[in-house]
Amino acid sequence: MDRTRLRRSMLYVPGNNAGMIRDAAIYHSDSIMFDLEDSVAYRQKDAARMLVFQNLRTLDFEGIETVVRINGLDTPYGREDIRAMVKARPDIIRLPKTDCAQDVQEVEKLIEIEERKNGMPVGTIGMMAAIESPLGVINAYSIATSSDRLIGIAIGAEDYVTAMKTARSASGVEILYARSAIVTAARAAGICAFDTVYSDLNNEEGFEAEVRLIKQLGFDGKSIISPRQIKLVHDVFAPNGKEIAFAERVIEAIEEAKAKGSGVIAVNGKMIDKPIVERAISTLERADAAGLRDYSSPAEGVLHA
Amino acid sequence: MPDNPVNHEIPDEILSAFDRKLFSGAYSNTPHIRIDKGNRSLPRLNKIVDTIEQVVIKTGLSDGMTISFHHHFRGGDKVINMVMDVISHMGIKNLTLAASSLTTVHSPLVGHIKSGTISRICTSGIRGELADEISAGLMDHPILIHSHGGRARAIETGKIKIDVAFLGVPTCDVYGNANGYTGASACGSLGYAKVDAHFARKVVLITDTIAEYPNTPFSIHQDQVDYIVVVDQVGDPKGISSGATRLTKNPRDILIGSLAAKVIACSGYFEDGFSLQTGSGGASLVTTKFLREYMEQQNIRANWALGGITAQMVKLHEDGLIKRLLDVQSFDQEAIRSIGENRYHSEIDASYYANPLNKGCAVNKINVVVLSALEIDTEFNVNVLTGSDGVLRGASGGHSDTAIGSGLSIVVAPLIRGRSATVVDQIKTVITPGSTIDVLVTDRGIAVNPRRPQVAEQLRRCKLPVIPISELKEKAQKLAGVPEPIIFEKKIVAVVEYRDGTILDVVRQVQA
Amino acid sequence: MRIVKTGTAGTLESSDVMITVRSNGTDGVQIALQSIVEKQFGKQIRATIEDTLKSMSIDHAYIDVKDQGALDCAITARLVSAVYRAAGIEKIDWEAL
Repeated sequence: MDRTRLRRSMLYVPGNNAGMIRDAAIYHSDSIMFDLEDSVAYRQKDAARMLVFQNLRTLDFEGIETVVRINGLDTPYGREDIRAMVKARPDIIRLPKTDCAQDVQEVEKLIEIEERKNGMPVGTIGMMAAIESPLGVINAYSIATSSDRLIGIAIGAEDYVTAMKTARSASGVEILYARSAIVTAARAAGICAFDTVYSDLNNEEGFEAEVRLIKQLGFDGKSIISPRQIKLVHDVFAPNGKEIAFAERVIEAIEEAKAKGSGVIAVNGKMIDKPIVERAISTLERADAAGLRDYSSPAEGVLHA
Repeated sequence: MPDNPVNHEIPDEILSAFDRKLFSGAYSNTPHIRIDKGNRSLPRLNKIVDTIEQVVIKTGLSDGMTISFHHHFRGGDKVINMVMDVISHMGIKNLTLAASSLTTVHSPLVGHIKSGTISRICTSGIRGELADEISAGLMDHPILIHSHGGRARAIETGKIKIDVAFLGVPTCDVYGNANGYTGASACGSLGYAKVDAHFARKVVLITDTIAEYPNTPFSIHQDQVDYIVVVDQVGDPKGISSGATRLTKNPRDILIGSLAAKVIACSGYFEDGFSLQTGSGGASLVTTKFLREYMEQQNIRANWALGGITAQMVKLHEDGLIKRLLDVQSFDQEAIRSIGENRYHSEIDASYYANPLNKGCAVNKINVVVLSALEIDTEFNVNVLTGSDGVLRGASGGHSDTAIGSGLSIVVAPLIRGRSATVVDQIKTVITPGSTIDVLVTDRGIAVNPRRPQVAEQLRRCKLPVIPISELKEKAQKLAGVPEPIIFEKKIVAVVEYRDGTILDVVRQVQA
Repeated sequence: MRIVKTGTAGTLESSDVMITVRSNGTDGVQIALQSIVEKQFGKQIRATIEDTLKSMSIDHAYIDVKDQGALDCAITARLVSAVYRAAGIEKIDWEAL
């Protein structure tokens, strides 16, 4: 379980779709989320669970983080999902519709039982929790701190806006509070914050505006419903040249200071403290992921070779 | 006494010294002229013959001859089946069918082969039931597969001698000036038909729309045409072209296309004034779309684009990003509209496009080409003709022509389709030699031909996922498994001719 | 496990397989395979099916397979689901898989 890895894009893959599962890794999202919940019809829950199980045990996802969204424990499917998925060993089990810390802890207990049964070290499987109700939003911090396994919390907006007696709008003002509450709780708990899906695939402008908004709010990334959305998320989350240059100078300065045995570090006359260093590391990580560092212009002499 | 207007004496020695005959009247030795000068409009001087049967008789078509057709109506073609039905009914046997290509609508040819009307076929491509039957051993003589450039070469050099060309045209006038971008069955460029019109012994135009004389600008000229037959419909517009070739929503094609565009942008060939050819496949169209973004960002314009022209190319042309289009085949309504409207969207014939032995063909001047593949081996040899089951289902097209002519040839393909791997140890049929292919772009990695180390270095510097092609092959095997070898019979069902006229490969009958 | 009814799992979408399992008395394992890659992978598909059935102790069943190029892991998944459905058992023995 890795708390610090880059999680800009979490690609949602319907659990009963063999072709999409097979190809999920080629798009290089940061995480792939196999869904056993809303995208699977009740009568196909068993088949989807088996398909995801067999695929997770067989296919190579090339280092991409694997996440399975299970059904809630209040459904007839949740417990069976946990039994199967712990054995299939995704990186993360994602819990839907989390209202309180106890929801997380109940799932955690079941995961632990299965881990022991399968001879896996307890804590192998990470967890994340999706908050999709007003109560969950109110309990965001206690949810975020409910388990050591939690790598992050996510907002699921559809059920939330219905419960709030409103509907989604282009500006997203109706979920501004929930987004802010969740990202704040995640930061306070030291875990990741993920934004909800944007379902109008053909509205690229609206999607971009939303990604910019959630990046500005402080989210780590976003759940996405199509591979077509990955590039834009990664582009928006990619740092600009100025940020990269500054981050590189920060890291250089630290290395120089280490070499000299000096304790005080400054860049452009500014003191560099721990948060600035952390941000520099994260900036360079995102820059590398976006292929932005070490980009060279074409070498001469290749043309018409 | 001959009709000599001045009655001067012309000695026989002069006639024999000049190897000429004596003048025998202004009307007697010239075909296609007005005999009756009394009425200015009647009889209308024309080449129209009432029926296909009558025209077949007039052309003198007989057993063992070669007839030709073009494929500009693609899946909407009605001409081949219509003409073949008549010829078959007339009992003519043993014909060689020299089509520029054949599609799934030509399955009725199976019957004409069985009846002995057709005994040999040369074509660029073959699909559907006809292809299945030929793969199963339908014909006594193997069919000959040629490239578009190779066909033009063969016709020009007389390797293929066309006795009668039956050329469907969207419109022509009564004297045979024909074009492809007007009329109900408009198909755009008539680039493949132009070669036949030029070199066939007899040329018959088949149209559903007679235009006013002169039908300018024209692609096929009145001086090339012997007869014209008017029929109800030469092509089904729905099968001829889609409206505007729509960009795919298939995320895998989008991924491959975006990678291919980045490959072009990083290759070193991407500079102001470059030239390109992309196909009409899903990933190829997306390549054009993403390339546009790089062109706009870096303020780069292309001087020209070549080949089969699509709506994507037309848009780039009309927006000033590609100065000129050279069009041998118009793939969609937008391309058909544009070739009629735009001064610098020019029709070219197949010889100008790709004939390797003429004095200079366009593919030799192209910088970058994006191609497809059914299979590619670890030496970069490409199969675009036979499926993973060994059955004929594709076309040679301009693949080998553009691969060798271009500065950078890029093949785009998914690494596996269904459960069939694209990168394999042994391809079923070689159409394009690996020595002419530079880059392979798949959804699971990019491979560069080792003979282009500088290109590989360029792509790596741009952080593109370049890996050895053998690793791509292993990835595919790991995912899909190793297929059992297809078992072939001894019988050869198709012969693959390289563009220069040499024999590159053979296709054998698939065991039932 | 005993086959008591007809059980089907999977779809006819690309890269998937639709498998129907029903009882055939004591006629052994009978596989009716239709696959777009039958020539290349027919033997492997049959072997995957036979191995999976053996591991589930199914000695007699009629298996109808309509394959659209599914990978082995998808074939196994669909077969196991179809067998459980045909056996009328909802609780899967994950440990045995």
